[in-house]
Amino acid sequence: MKQLHPEYGFNTLAVHSGTAPDPTTGARSFPIYQTTAYVFDDADHAASLFNLQEPGFIYSRLTNPTVAALEEKLATLEGGRGGTVTSSGHAAETLALFPLMAPGMEVIVADKLYGGTINLMGKSYRKFGWNAVFVDTDNPEAFRKAVTEKTRAIFIENLANPGGVVVDLEAIAKVADEAGVPLVVDNTMATPFLCQPFEWGADLVVHSTTKFLSGQGNAVGGVVIDSGKFPWLGNSKFPSLSTPSPEYNGLTFAETFGDLAYTMYSHAISLRDLGCTQSPMNAWITLNGIETLPLRMERHCSNGLAVAKFLEKQANVEWVSHAGLESSPYFELGKKYLPEGTGSVFTFGVKGGYESGLKMLESVELFSHVANIGDTRSLILHPASTTHRQLTEEQRIAAGAGPEVIRLSIGIECVEDIISDLDQALNCL
Amino acid sequence: MPGPASVDHNSYPDSYIREILRNVRSIAMVGASATWNRPSNFAMKYLLKKGFKVIPVNPGATVKKICGETVFPDLSSLPGTVDMVDIFRPAEDAPELVEEAIKIGAKVFWMQLEIRHAEAAKRAEEAGLQVVMDRCPKIEYARLTGELGWNGINTGVISNRRKRL
Repeated sequence: MKQLHPEYGFNTLAVHSGTAPDPTTGARSFPIYQTTAYVFDDADHAASLFNLQEPGFIYSRLTNPTVAALEEKLATLEGGRGGTVTSSGHAAETLALFPLMAPGMEVIVADKLYGGTINLMGKSYRKFGWNAVFVDTDNPEAFRKAVTEKTRAIFIENLANPGGVVVDLEAIAKVADEAGVPLVVDNTMATPFLCQPFEWGADLVVHSTTKFLSGQGNAVGGVVIDSGKFPWLGNSKFPSLSTPSPEYNGLTFAETFGDLAYTMYSHAISLRDLGCTQSPMNAWITLNGIETLPLRMERHCSNGLAVAKFLEKQANVEWVSHAGLESSPYFELGKKYLPEGTGSVFTFGVKGGYESGLKMLESVELFSHVANIGDTRSLILHPASTTHRQLTEEQRIAAGAGPEVIRLSIGIECVEDIISDLDQALNCL
Repeated sequence: MPGPASVDHNSYPDSYIREILRNVRSIAMVGASATWNRPSNFAMKYLLKKGFKVIPVNPGATVKKICGETVFPDLSSLPGTVDMVDIFRPAEDAPELVEEAIKIGAKVFWMQLEIRHAEAAKRAEEAGLQVVMDRCPKIEYARLTGELGWNGINTGVISNRRKRL
C-alpha cells in the first residue's frame, strides 16, 4: 500500500483524516451541520464566495462542513487531491463523467458491472447524447480497439459486481494513458483498504459509499475522488476544465485552480446544476462507518474466503467465483491488486438453475434477502430475478448474472453461523 | 526547522511552509493583475483579507491601484523592504527577480504554481533566503488552516486540536 501521509498509516487516517476537532466548539465527534445556508460577513464576502475567490460556505447543495469532512476523509484514504460527495453511487458515476462528456462523445465501459450501472450508461446516458461503448472486461486489448477520437473516458469496476472478477487495472490504465483520457474506477467493492486504484494509474475513483464504507446498510451515498494528476490545462478534449467558463466570468478552472480544478468544478458547476448532494446526516453516518473500515474489511474478507471454500466442496454447488480461490481465473490478478483480501461479495452457481436459486433464497434463516452489499449482516440475492432483471439474457450472462447465479455479501457475524445457514439452505434444494 | 540547504523542493514538510506563512507579514507580488478574475488577483485579495500586507508589482499595469494597494513597476522602486517576494512570472524571469529580492532584503522567495527554477532557488538560498516553488501561498494558507477542506480538498493535515495556521 502506498504511503498516504508522511507520518500516519491507513488505519490512523481512517479515524482522523478530515475530522479534526470542530473549530468553533472543540466538539470531538464531528458535528452534523444540519443547515441549508450560511450567513455572509458582508457584501464583499458574498461576492468573493460566489466568484470562487475564497473557500467558504454558501448553500448546502454546493458545500456543507459535515459533507466536506467526508470528502476530505475519502480523498485522503484514496491518496487523491480532492473529493466530491454525492447523494448515491449512481449520482457519483454521472458526476464523475459530467466534466468530461458532451453530446456525441463516448465512454468505454467494461461489460462486467453492477446491473444498475449498465442500465444507467447503456440506456439513460443516450438521452444526454453520451454513448457508452461496452467491451470485454477481461481483455485490455478490447479497450484499446474501442478508442476513437470521440472517447472521453474509460470506466471500470476493479473488483466487479456481482462478484469474483478482478480487472487488470494497470493494463487498462495504460490504454487510457495512451488514449489521453482519464480512467475512472469504481472501487466500491474493494474500498481503499484493499486497493487504491491511483497507485495503478487510475485518474478518478468513484464509490457507492452506501456499501462497505458506511458499512451498516443505513446511509445511501457516493463520492468522486480526483487524483489531481490528469493534465487538463490546455487540453482541448476537456473544454469544461480547459477553457474560460462564461458563468464564472471567464475563469478557466485548470488555470486558476491547478490540480484542484476537477474538484472545484465538481462543486461549483456539477453539484450546483445537477443537485445530487448528500445530506449532512448521511455524511455523518458514513464518517462514523469509515472509522472502523479496516477492522470490518479484515473480517469481511476472512469470512468471505472461508464461506467460498466451504461452498466449493458442496455437492449441489456447480461453481464458486471468488478471486481468493485457487480455482479462480482471477486468482493471480487478485494477489497482485488485492493482496490483503479479495472482498466478501461473490457469486456461486446452484445446480438446478433458476428454480433452485429462488428456493435457496427462501430457505436461508440468517442471510437477509436484499438488493444491497457491504453490510455488517450477511446478504443474499438472485441477480437474474432482481438487480440484473432489466437486462437481456445475453447481457446477464456477460455480466456474470446467469439464471443459476446466487450473489452473497458476507457479513461480520460468526463464520460458523454463516456457513451453517448456507449448509441447511443447500440441503433444502 | 530545516536549514535552506536541506530543503527538498519536490516535497516541503508542512512545518516549513507553516513557519514561512507565520513569519511573513509583507509580500511583494510580482505579476499581480488588476483583472479581478486572474489567479494573481484571487491570491492577492485572499492574502490581504488574511492580514498580510500585499504590494502589487507590475510594470505593465495601467491602473494605479490593485485591490486598493498602490502598484509599483519593479521591486527596486518599493519604498522599503518586504518579507517575501511572490512571483506570478514565467520561470525564465526568476533569476533576475531573485537578484532584486536579495537586493531589497527579502527573506523569502516564492514561485507560484507551475514555476520552477532550480538555479534561482540555489542562488536565493545561498544568500540566506527561504525558497518555495510550484506552490501558491493562498492555497497553502487555506490548506494549513483547513479552509481548503471546505471544498473537499485533501489538506493532509491531521490534528487533535482545533485548526489554526
